[in-house]
Amino acid sequence: MRNDILILAVAFGYLAVLFVVAAWGDRRAETGRSAIGSPTVYALSIAVYCTAWTFYGSVGRASAQGPHFLLIYLGPTLAMLAAPFVIRKMVRIAARQRITSIADFISARYGKSARLGAVVALMALISSTPYIALQLKAITVSHAVLINYPGSADLAVEEAHFWADKSFWVALVLAVFIILFGTRHLDASERHEGMVAAIALESLVKLVAFLAVGIFVVFVMFNGPMDLLGQVADTPDLSRVLGLEQVPGGATGWVGVLILAVLAFLTLPRQFQVLVVENVDETHIDRASWVFPLYLLLINLFVVPIALAGLLLGGDGADPDSFVLTLPLSTGAEALPLLVFIGGLSAATGMMIVETIALSTMVSNQLIMPLLLRFGRLHLSGTGRLAAWLLGIRRVAIVLILLLGYVYHALIGDAYTLVTIGLVSFVGAAQFAPALLIGLYWRGATRAGALWGLVAGFFLWGYTLLLPGFAQSGWIDIALIEQGPWGLGWLNPYALFGLDGWDIYSHGLLWSLLANVGLYVGVSLFTRPTALEQTQAALFTEALHPNLPSASLWQGQTTQGELGGLLRRYLGEAAIRRVFADESDGHAGDDREASHRLITRAEQALAGSLGNASARVLINSVVRGEALDMASILSILDTTSQALEYNRRLEQKSAELERASAALRRANARLRELDRLKDEFIAMVSHELRTPLTSIRAFAEILNDGDAMDADKRRHFLGVIVHESQRLSRLIEEILDLARLESGRLTLNPERLDLALLARRSVDAVAHLHREQGIALTVELDGGPAMVTGDADRLEQVIINLLDNAGKFADGSAPRVLIRLAPHKDRFRLSVEDNGPGISLGERERVFDKFHQLERDGGELGRPRGSGLGLAISRGIIAHLGGRLWANESRQLGGACLTLELPGAADEALPEAPDAH
Amino acid sequence: MTTPLRHRSRRSERLTALIVTAAVLFCPPLLLVIDRLPSATGIWLLLYLFVAWAFVIGLAAWLQESRRAPAKGRR
Repeated sequence: MRNDILILAVAFGYLAVLFVVAAWGDRRAETGRSAIGSPTVYALSIAVYCTAWTFYGSVGRASAQGPHFLLIYLGPTLAMLAAPFVIRKMVRIAARQRITSIADFISARYGKSARLGAVVALMALISSTPYIALQLKAITVSHAVLINYPGSADLAVEEAHFWADKSFWVALVLAVFIILFGTRHLDASERHEGMVAAIALESLVKLVAFLAVGIFVVFVMFNGPMDLLGQVADTPDLSRVLGLEQVPGGATGWVGVLILAVLAFLTLPRQFQVLVVENVDETHIDRASWVFPLYLLLINLFVVPIALAGLLLGGDGADPDSFVLTLPLSTGAEALPLLVFIGGLSAATGMMIVETIALSTMVSNQLIMPLLLRFGRLHLSGTGRLAAWLLGIRRVAIVLILLLGYVYHALIGDAYTLVTIGLVSFVGAAQFAPALLIGLYWRGATRAGALWGLVAGFFLWGYTLLLPGFAQSGWIDIALIEQGPWGLGWLNPYALFGLDGWDIYSHGLLWSLLANVGLYVGVSLFTRPTALEQTQAALFTEALHPNLPSASLWQGQTTQGELGGLLRRYLGEAAIRRVFADESDGHAGDDREASHRLITRAEQALAGSLGNASARVLINSVVRGEALDMASILSILDTTSQALEYNRRLEQKSAELERASAALRRANARLRELDRLKDEFIAMVSHELRTPLTSIRAFAEILNDGDAMDADKRRHFLGVIVHESQRLSRLIEEILDLARLESGRLTLNPERLDLALLARRSVDAVAHLHREQGIALTVELDGGPAMVTGDADRLEQVIINLLDNAGKFADGSAPRVLIRLAPHKDRFRLSVEDNGPGISLGERERVFDKFHQLERDGGELGRPRGSGLGLAISRGIIAHLGGRLWANESRQLGGACLTLELPGAADEALPEAPDAH
Repeated sequence: MTTPLRHRSRRSERLTALIVTAAVLFCPPLLLVIDRLPSATGIWLLLYLFVAWAFVIGLAAWLQESRRAPAKGRR
């Protein structure tokens, strides 16, 4: 059943399924219903991390180095745990700046530097080639094993000329497939939703395939894990396989490779592609941060059992890298090896698809386009031809990258095991880590620092890891590793400066990163960034800042027509429509000035296709007077979000404090005023009380001393004392009334009553007094009953007080007083007039103040004519009853006129109201 | 205003603590201790690594999913 035709049919069938899935994903994306809009799909697409290296190589490594293989997955677990911090930031930056690759990202961070982008792209290309070679090797070897088993697989690989070499054809077929698959978009946008959907499917396939082998080995070939472990325990050689001493470099090597895995997971071009560029929703990161580690755990679950089983059964001859295939084959199973082959194929193709697409984007955007733009060789005849150019460049790049991988594989691939090749690539990719990760948080990093660091790190990587690979494959003299170059032992690439005893990866990582970080930081500290670098640095380091300005960094000027022409030339009409969508008429082509927002949008659109650096060059070609609005951005960003937050809270607090202190100030002022009034009041009350008391005491003393006083005099004096005592108690009564009024404790008994009747009764009460003083009292109360609601006693007190006052102030020689009651609208007005001197305009309100007494020219000095409380009390009572009391000019008598106004009571007659008194 | 802010920073603190915990669990000092446990198959280290790994993933899942639950209505 295992023959070439069947295997080829299955393999091509599988690729066809992938292609259909990708096409479906693309169509969904075009209609706006993203097929990859789920965190699980995102996590599965990240699992492109697990390549053929994982699928076949993990078992090989577990056989030789024990738990070492797990490091490659524990590292990404740590990195993914930190994803909500780190990757979220990168995703946000990439979305905002339309980043297309890791080279684009690093170039954009350091002032959209074309040179830096080119360096990163070149480094990515060189460091990824071995990795691609590794996938080719895996596919070829697994195919050979499948065909030749139980014969040796190696013979088939080394057979003959390249046209007879299967991996050459595999590379070519894959190139065609990836071209069909990854460069279908004519708008050359940076996202490949179809590809991501296919990659997610591939991740599922390889997981299922590997779990199937694992379960088959443990539960079919052995009777469960205990049986397997029991047999291992009986084989003393195997019991040491899983110990820490198997790990190259021991504890140091363990930590070194763990760090390496963390860094490489974030910096491998394909990982950056799926983690950052292809992320469709920032919120997916949260769930992926545990789903992806779970995926890693599952796919590694059976690695050790398979390795142990292979070592137990396979003997010495078999290659541990092929245990996954040879174990099922050894039992004569037919379908399972095929499934395993498909699993391995999906692991390898998944990696190659994403890696070549990421690399071809970098090559076209960071290497070829800047050159074409610089030397003016880009002749775009029609409109929107750039897309065709870009796709052409990328297609050629894909073929070349895969052929490069093939060449590497053919020349030196056989010298290394799968694991070695992979880790060499890892260290190469890790060189991007300082520029990428430190640049995310340290604003002071400059382009020169990044460039020097990258170049130095890359050089040391080449020297400590790549070159020895060439030596091991016999390409250059093996003496390089054994004695060092020119016999200089301290330059030995595997023990640089005499540092031996380390595993080669930790050793290479240490020296390359030391040089990389050292120069990166050192040069940054002594170089001055340009304005654009500063802006980009601020936008990157403060990417999660809530107040980050989104756009409008341009201050230069251009017309909409020019901008539209540029977009038409490079991106076509569809892009113009997108960019100009928010403008008034939705299209360009006139001399109106382009807004800064529009320029920014145009640059972003170009960046999405061409990369940041080239977009920058193109925009510069049409925008005049370029100057970035640096000051405003930096001023916003200079204060970090935390400082802003503290500031905001402080402001809140101080506003609260201000409000509270204003309220306190008002309360304090009120209290002071009240205190002053109280003092005044007490002073006046004391004065008022003292006057009658003084005369009482004086007369009492006279009576006490004068024994020989005649009876009349004595009676007169006693009369004065009685009079003054009455006045005193009246005064106290009034003060008490006033106190009750002011504290609101005055109790009134409002009832329906006739104001006219009440007035008449009051007139009767004072008539006697008035007659004594010779006052002519005119009464005008003839308007019939005036029904109001009031307290009869209190109202009578008010009216009597008014009449009394009027009598006191009436003209001395011919005193006249008038009392009049008249309806006014639905109210009643009772006014009392006199023919006295009247009250001046300024005094009219003050007469109602407590203890206010009018100066009366010619009045008896020292004998106040009243307490000065009467009007104050009267006004209080009337106000309590819902009425008013005020003073104005007398119309008839020419003196003062005091008027009280009370609302009329409702019509129903309550018979007892007036007559109750 | 202060409550969700404090809530968010507390979640970040927990996540940071989890990352540190994971790093400590996966690094030599603890591994050396486990590696020296006597065993016929030498399985302890591997078993420990997988259990610690699963433990970390479980905590991460709990942290991420429980932080999402209350915010569901707002998203």
